[in-house]
Amino acid sequence: MGKKLQAAVPAEKKIGNLIAVVLIAALYVLLYLLDNVLPVNSTTTMLIPVLQKGAIYALVCVSMNLLNGFTGLFSLGQAGFMLIGAYSYAIFAIPAEQHEAVYQYFEGGAIQFSIPQVLGNVLGESGGAFLGAIICLMIGGVVAAVFAALIGIPVLRLKSDYLAIATLGFAEIIRALFMWNGLGRITNGSNLLRKYTSFANMRFQVGGTVIKLDTIFPFLIAMLGILTIVLLVNSSYGRAFKSIRDDEIAAEAMGINLFKHKMLSFVISSFFAGVGGALLAMFQTTVQANFFRSTMTYEILLIVVIGGIGSISGSCIGAFLYIACSEWWLRFLDSGALPIPFVGGEIPVPFFRDGFRKVVLSVVIMVIVLFFSRGIMGDKELSFSGLIRKIRGKKEAKAAAQAAAGEEDAQ
Amino acid sequence: MSEFISNNLPYLLAGISVGGQYALIAIGYTMVYGILRLINFAHGDVFMVAGLIMVYATASLPIYVSIVLVVVATVLLGVLIEKVAYKPLRSAPRMSVMISAIGVSYLLQNCALYFTGGLPQIYPEIPALTKQVVIGSGSTKMVTLVTPILTIVLVVALVLLIRYTKVGMAMRAVSKDFETSELMGIKINNVISLTFVIGCFLAAIGSLLYFSNYASVIPTSGAMPGLKAFVAAVFGGIGSVPGAVIGAFIIGICENIIKGMGWTAFSDAFTFVLLIVILLVKPTGIFGEKATDKV
Repeated sequence: MGKKLQAAVPAEKKIGNLIAVVLIAALYVLLYLLDNVLPVNSTTTMLIPVLQKGAIYALVCVSMNLLNGFTGLFSLGQAGFMLIGAYSYAIFAIPAEQHEAVYQYFEGGAIQFSIPQVLGNVLGESGGAFLGAIICLMIGGVVAAVFAALIGIPVLRLKSDYLAIATLGFAEIIRALFMWNGLGRITNGSNLLRKYTSFANMRFQVGGTVIKLDTIFPFLIAMLGILTIVLLVNSSYGRAFKSIRDDEIAAEAMGINLFKHKMLSFVISSFFAGVGGALLAMFQTTVQANFFRSTMTYEILLIVVIGGIGSISGSCIGAFLYIACSEWWLRFLDSGALPIPFVGGEIPVPFFRDGFRKVVLSVVIMVIVLFFSRGIMGDKELSFSGLIRKIRGKKEAKAAAQAAAGEEDAQ
Repeated sequence: MSEFISNNLPYLLAGISVGGQYALIAIGYTMVYGILRLINFAHGDVFMVAGLIMVYATASLPIYVSIVLVVVATVLLGVLIEKVAYKPLRSAPRMSVMISAIGVSYLLQNCALYFTGGLPQIYPEIPALTKQVVIGSGSTKMVTLVTPILTIVLVVALVLLIRYTKVGMAMRAVSKDFETSELMGIKINNVISLTFVIGCFLAAIGSLLYFSNYASVIPTSGAMPGLKAFVAAVFGGIGSVPGAVIGAFIIGICENIIKGMGWTAFSDAFTFVLLIVILLVKPTGIFGEKATDKV
């Protein structure tokens, strides 16, 4: 009996993994079709940016969840690390000939090369843009991680709310630093950084046709990042993180080095926040320090809460839902009129004006925080093997119930 | 020394004035933290809303009626936030309450954005506060002189209230131990509401003074003063009213002197550097009580 049970579990897991792989492959095929084949109409022009931004936010939210949900460190520095990532990316990805225009107030800037271009000389323009963008993304992540390691030394000794306020403070310091004219030759002061490699540069010429990777690129990077975090959370490090979250003192008594593990979680989370910030820079095509205010951190935190603190799949679902609602589905709330579905036409509603969408969203968020504090997923994960097990369990229970009923009838 | 003071007199005066305004906000933070152990992230936004109410009230009411209305409305808003967003989570983990506070802050900012349409609102001139006065070599607004005096009067009144009245005793008891004070017959919900009433009353007064100086209100104009006031509260030792006031004056003065030295870009960052230094050197602040963790 025991043997049979043990054998059954891996089979479910195998099927579950298979379904996941098939679905992901199907997703990428759909994204490819969206980028290249589907006609450009009002739906696709909304769908593509929503998917791009959703993927970026999914990565950032998962990275925040690693800290808040899995390690129990209430950190509010995410926007700061995203800023570092975005700037590090943009600085190294501005083409050399554009420096004069971008750094017009700082004599063309201090850095006079661009990684995508340097690689482009060897690999051709599109190859250089692709590989160069990936290298610049990594630079963004690494610089953010280095900052996190430095900041972490003093800050991670603090407890819950003090940690929150100190990380929030660091994000503000970083913002001030990047806007300081003294560093203008690198950061362009409070002016925009622009003209760097963006999603629109992700195009390959194969034969006579151009293959666009506008949406696939952010999905690919975000997926790799999230996958890394999933593997980390399920490793022995991940179990140490969770034990720190549940009870610091007990974890320490079990021989877990608190500082080392907190630092690890902080640095890795910041790395992916940096990559996410760099992707956001690519998405927006311009970047400025003032964009990364504490409101952004709050937004990310609230998405994590919507998805469920401590659930990676929850954060992903939350991110796509939030972005789709705020950028697309709830747009009509700002437009001054309520469109009638299916029939067409509109009913003018005077209070539907600019900003109403955000009010509705924040009310919904408050309702979730107050009444559904577990969010969409709670601390559970979406898994196909679990789903199969559940369905099978229900079937078995049904069969057992029927058998029992049958026996009763017989009696 | 005297030369330094005379050179920096305008900055020093501005610093004392801003410090007083931060102090009035900081008291709200420190009292709520002292009792609920909650960083009330929405407090800075309540302060901003008080500014907006003033803008809208003066559009149709005489100025001194508006002032009364602003104070009453702000207090009601604070109590409403406490009842709706914090009370249901009283037994929830601290992180949930903090998230709720962040949610309220987000909501207030978005509502402000909606009502103002994102445009800066011109703050009405309160004649008694915006009048120019001449001090020494320069002139300044009346508010610069009124603020420190008013702040100190209010703080002394508050400290007396906490020390020598029955309500004050109840507040001190609740901040020490929720359950025991409940057993002693203290209605903790009333005490908590009263804390919010006092905090928001002072924030409303603070907003009258602060915005008289800055002349316009935008949806995010509460965020920075709010954070700085919180830092002031931590600096002085969170839970201690005099500590918060001294912390606020120090931050206000230092910030303006830094501006005077031409480092305006870093005047905000300085506050947070100070926060991190104080948290590392003396986490309980200047006047904070030493807390021991129970295992």
